Amino acid sequence: MVETSLFPADTDHVITTRQVNFFYGAVQALFDITMDIPGRRVTAFIGPSGCGKSTFLRIFNRMNDTIAGTRLEGEVLINGEDIYQKSNNVVHLRRKVGMVFQKSNPFPKSIFDNVAYGPRIHGIKDKQQLAGIVEQSLMRSALWDEVKDRLETNALGLSGGQQQRLCIARALAVGPEILLMDEPASALDPKSTIRIEDLIGELRNDYTIVIVTHNMQQAARISDYTAFFYEGRLVEFNATKKIFTKPREKQTEDYITGRFG
Amino acid sequence: MWKDKAMRLLMVSAASTSICLVVLIFFFLARESAPFIVKPGLGALFDTQWIPVSFIKERFGLLPLITGSALVTGLSMLFTIPLSVLGAIYIAEIASPVEREFLKPFIELLASIPSVVLGFFGLMVLAPLIKHFFGLGTGLTALTGAFLLTLMAIPTVITLSEDAINSVPRAYKDASQALGASDLQTIFQVIIPAALPGIIAAIMLGTGRVIGETMAVLMVTGNSALMTWSPLAPVRTMTATIAAEMGEVSFGSIHYHSLFWIGLVLLAVTFILNIIAQRVLVRYGMMK
Ligand SMILES: Nc1ncnc2c1ncn2[C@@H]1O[C@H](COP(=O)(O)OP(=O)(O)OP(=O)(O)O)[C@@H](O)[C@H]1O
Ligand SMILES: [Mg+2]
Repeated sequence: MVETSLFPADTDHVITTRQVNFFYGAVQALFDITMDIPGRRVTAFIGPSGCGKSTFLRIFNRMNDTIAGTRLEGEVLINGEDIYQKSNNVVHLRRKVGMVFQKSNPFPKSIFDNVAYGPRIHGIKDKQQLAGIVEQSLMRSALWDEVKDRLETNALGLSGGQQQRLCIARALAVGPEILLMDEPASALDPKSTIRIEDLIGELRNDYTIVIVTHNMQQAARISDYTAFFYEGRLVEFNATKKIFTKPREKQTEDYITGRFG
Repeated sequence: MWKDKAMRLLMVSAASTSICLVVLIFFFLARESAPFIVKPGLGALFDTQWIPVSFIKERFGLLPLITGSALVTGLSMLFTIPLSVLGAIYIAEIASPVEREFLKPFIELLASIPSVVLGFFGLMVLAPLIKHFFGLGTGLTALTGAFLLTLMAIPTVITLSEDAINSVPRAYKDASQALGASDLQTIFQVIIPAALPGIIAAIMLGTGRVIGETMAVLMVTGNSALMTWSPLAPVRTMTATIAAEMGEVSFGSIHYHSLFWIGLVLLAVTFILNIIAQRVLVRYGMMK
């Protein structure tokens, strides 16, 4: 495996998977995936529709557990801890691993209550502390200036791009180390997309970000590493520059040059 | 061409039939209740006693009947609301598919039992139980009626509440779970608030059904038109009064006209409940 020499010496491998197979009932969706995802970097997952990118991403916060009949084989370690061990606490895991969905999904509550939702369910009641977290999270997601005067209005009144940044703020509010993003900009207009990309650029130094995208330019613009998946297998994983200039595999080349997908 | 027009006319008249019927019913009630205004006058309706047949002095106070209906309905909703809402949450969010397959037919079956059969059950089973449990002289009480009405309201309220819960977008649940919320936190802090308008509408429609129910309450509430707020006393509801007395009343008498006033009050109450339910649904975009 080349992975060991893939990252600079000072990089931690935050997420590690070993021979992961994943099944929806009897149907196998992922095959033997072994991979190290580096900390405080942006890693992009690319590949044709249905190749398993979302399924793989949802393994890292055990969101697949919510689907009946799913099964995982192999090991998934985050910071060296096997997250599929019985003793591992899902609540604890999901505080550490935040997720942003393809379609922005703010709750039908006020902007404030959306961001405060996570901290509240984790037991923070102090009003001042909550207000601090909400402000900080909205600043980090570059939404504060647009909404600071209307925190009590319903979040569904925001534009699509603002809603997605609100969802990012909501995820940041519980203090995660890892952010999983499943095509976070695919439903947005170009201008809002740029804002999300800029935001990812600002967050990259403090968070480990894994992003699924169908947009090759986006992957090239924002990610440090890119993984190409095909039919449930990891075909190639390398520095983004390498993948987009000198892919090792023929399939990768065909995909990024648009010959299929 | 004339065929199109005829077809159109047919459909318009079919669609407007229900409107016409409601208006007709209202006019009919209004016409039959009107003479009461002249003699003995509207004030008589506010009497606290309902003694429509008497050698001494007849009394047509609707108050004991209204309190009777309110008592039975209120008690019934006290049981119906928590049972139905919790039941709906269980069926929609917690039950396994197998449990759901098992529970739903039962609820539908409950909905399809004729109220006179339920009344029979109330008379033979429920009333003796209540009589012995509370050590009463009779088991025919407001509480007995309320229990039966609860059985009748539950299917409606559960089914509509379940629809409301199911129509909450899956994405809200995903977002909540991804933030580390437990299933119960997700249910009570995201799903129920989002489904609340639909649940309220379900409760309103259930209440309407309970107020309008006649047969079962006629059979088990003891039919005593005395003003009381005690759940363990026999009472008489508005619907039961109309059903019991309409057959024997002499046509055109004051008693006859007073029964139509009961009908008017009932119509007004259920109408208002329905309007509130519709408003809530429309306001929150759950119905066009
Ligand atoms: N809930 C599910 N139940 C059964 N099969 C599923 C489920 N979700 C996904 N799959 C299957 O698993 C495979 C991988 O799906 P996945 O959504 O991970 O692909 P993807 O790469 O994210 O695709 P896209 O780019 O279209 O989002 C597909 O064959 C899909 O049909
Ligand atoms: Mg996907």
